[in-house]
Amino acid sequence: MSEPILEVRKLVKEYPAVTAVDGVSFSVSEGICFGLLGPNGAGKTTTIEIMEGILTPGAGEVRYRGEPLGQRFREQAGILFQKTALQDFLTVRQSLALFRGLYDHGLDVDEVIRMCALEKLAGRDNRKLSGGQQQRLLLAIALVNDPSVLFLDEPTTGLDPQARRNFWQLIQSIKARRKTIILTTHYMEEAELLCDEIAIMDRGRIIAQGAPRKLLHEHFADVLLELPRHEFPEEARNLPLRLIAASDRVEITTHDLDATLRTLIDARVPLRNLRIRPANLEDLFLELTGKELRA
Amino acid sequence: MMQRLLSVWHARNLEFLRDKGTLTFTLLLPVMLIVGMSFVFGGPERPLFKVGVLSAPIDRRAHPFLRERYVEFVAVASESEGLRKVTHQQIDLLIELRGTPRYWVNTDAPKGYIVEKLLLAADPNARRQPVTGAAVRYVDWLFPGILGMNMMFSCLFGVGYVVLRYRKSGFLKRLHATPLTAFEFLSAQVLSRLSLIVFVTSMLYLGIGGIIHFHSAGSLALLVLLGVLGALSMIALGLTVAARFSSEELVGGLLNMLTWPMMLLSGVWFSLDGSPRWVQWVAHAFPLTHVLDAARAVTLDGAGIAQIAPNLLYLGATALVFLAFGAWSFRWRIE
Repeated sequence: MSEPILEVRKLVKEYPAVTAVDGVSFSVSEGICFGLLGPNGAGKTTTIEIMEGILTPGAGEVRYRGEPLGQRFREQAGILFQKTALQDFLTVRQSLALFRGLYDHGLDVDEVIRMCALEKLAGRDNRKLSGGQQQRLLLAIALVNDPSVLFLDEPTTGLDPQARRNFWQLIQSIKARRKTIILTTHYMEEAELLCDEIAIMDRGRIIAQGAPRKLLHEHFADVLLELPRHEFPEEARNLPLRLIAASDRVEITTHDLDATLRTLIDARVPLRNLRIRPANLEDLFLELTGKELRA
Repeated sequence: MMQRLLSVWHARNLEFLRDKGTLTFTLLLPVMLIVGMSFVFGGPERPLFKVGVLSAPIDRRAHPFLRERYVEFVAVASESEGLRKVTHQQIDLLIELRGTPRYWVNTDAPKGYIVEKLLLAADPNARRQPVTGAAVRYVDWLFPGILGMNMMFSCLFGVGYVVLRYRKSGFLKRLHATPLTAFEFLSAQVLSRLSLIVFVTSMLYLGIGGIIHFHSAGSLALLVLLGVLGALSMIALGLTVAARFSSEELVGGLLNMLTWPMMLLSGVWFSLDGSPRWVQWVAHAFPLTHVLDAARAVTLDGAGIAQIAPNLLYLGATALVFLAFGAWSFRWRIE
């Protein structure tokens, strides 16, 4: 395994009446996409903002290439916040030129425009962009210094499915350039598609960490059966099965599909809306915390 | 550092120049005020003699001349101040009543000629001290005040609200994630606003000055230096207000709390001569007072750099203090 580009050590961040980050530690290897997953309020954004050097931790530290965060990190980090407004009355190209001017080294503005497919929008006022276009511009701004590490905090929240898929393609093309990406998201499809490694957060702590497939393999040996919750009889909850109850469905994990189906049929559980699928990260989170990710 | 500073400076200039509403308002307000004031205060002089008295309070029983009708007697603090006013025909005659009465009259002033006859009729022994000098029109006295006031609003609200807007929108937070330092950001804001103010004020000076036939008795370069230092001081004052707050109501209230007393007490509209001492003391804490006192000394009296040096030093020192305090208390994000 390569030397970690980022090390997070025992981070703590407390606000009045709430501990947003509670002793979080992990490290990120160079060139991977690392996902921080969790529901709203889990502490993802606070953790990533401490990693970006925007917030000061109450305790613990973040090291970039073995050093505390400093000028070198600021020169080599690209950041896309959850919400960012740009300066009014500037075109896409001028917005990029402004940020390019803040770094000693970086990419040519035209190259970044090409990378993020902004050629046709270069002369447009940045306030007149759609949500997806705006995110592409913010990603381009995050790339303008040719960063070694790129922070993306819920980059596709609020985008329509088409814009979200376009954005994923962009991130995949950046991954192909061997950039390290730190991604927070509550879209499991996004994490499964993009992340090489994930850490799942809940209530300010990391409750699981590893490669998505490895985590799923560890927690879900075989298949997962899904039934609508309102069709699942109350008395069937006592059956000798591994049940997880979500808000709208009941999930059953099993090693032996035939035996499980026989048990359900014997218990007269309606199976007309039964769905059998492999487990995903959302199931993993449900398994680990008993909560849905977007709750 | 210069590259970062210039990037922010350039972007801020573009933002201002493309904001047509703000730009139009910045240019139109002083023009409207000057035209309005010229209309109201221009035209024929009011039929009233004004005499400065060098002893305060004025006791009408002290001398028969003080009992003349149709003459307004005003207390004057010092002989030099009184002489300046006689020279500019802001008063028609200056009189000192201690011992044998002495008086100064402007031999170029028709009203001075008449009011002198009234004085000599009341006291033939009064000793004459002639002075000369052309009258100062009110619009010439007002012009620096209007330019200064426009500058003050532009400095305080232009910078204060812009920084507040940047903080509330998250733009400052985004800048904080770059190598840009607070000092570089604030310096760029100061320089951007300063260059815009110098440009706008120069245009107004040349444009309106041409229309009203304004002529400065002193050096134009000195006026530019004064304008630059005055603008720096007031921009830095605006930054201290906007350095850390995130509430529009609070920042708006604080800016109003600064601008209104400055507008009323810095001598924009009328001279504070004769006002209570504490009012003058408060007024002299305001940068705008120093800008206007020095500007009028240059334009009306032809004062040189030595005469207005205390004003220039005050403006330079306050600019440094305000900027240092602003940089120290600056916050990139809402806390």
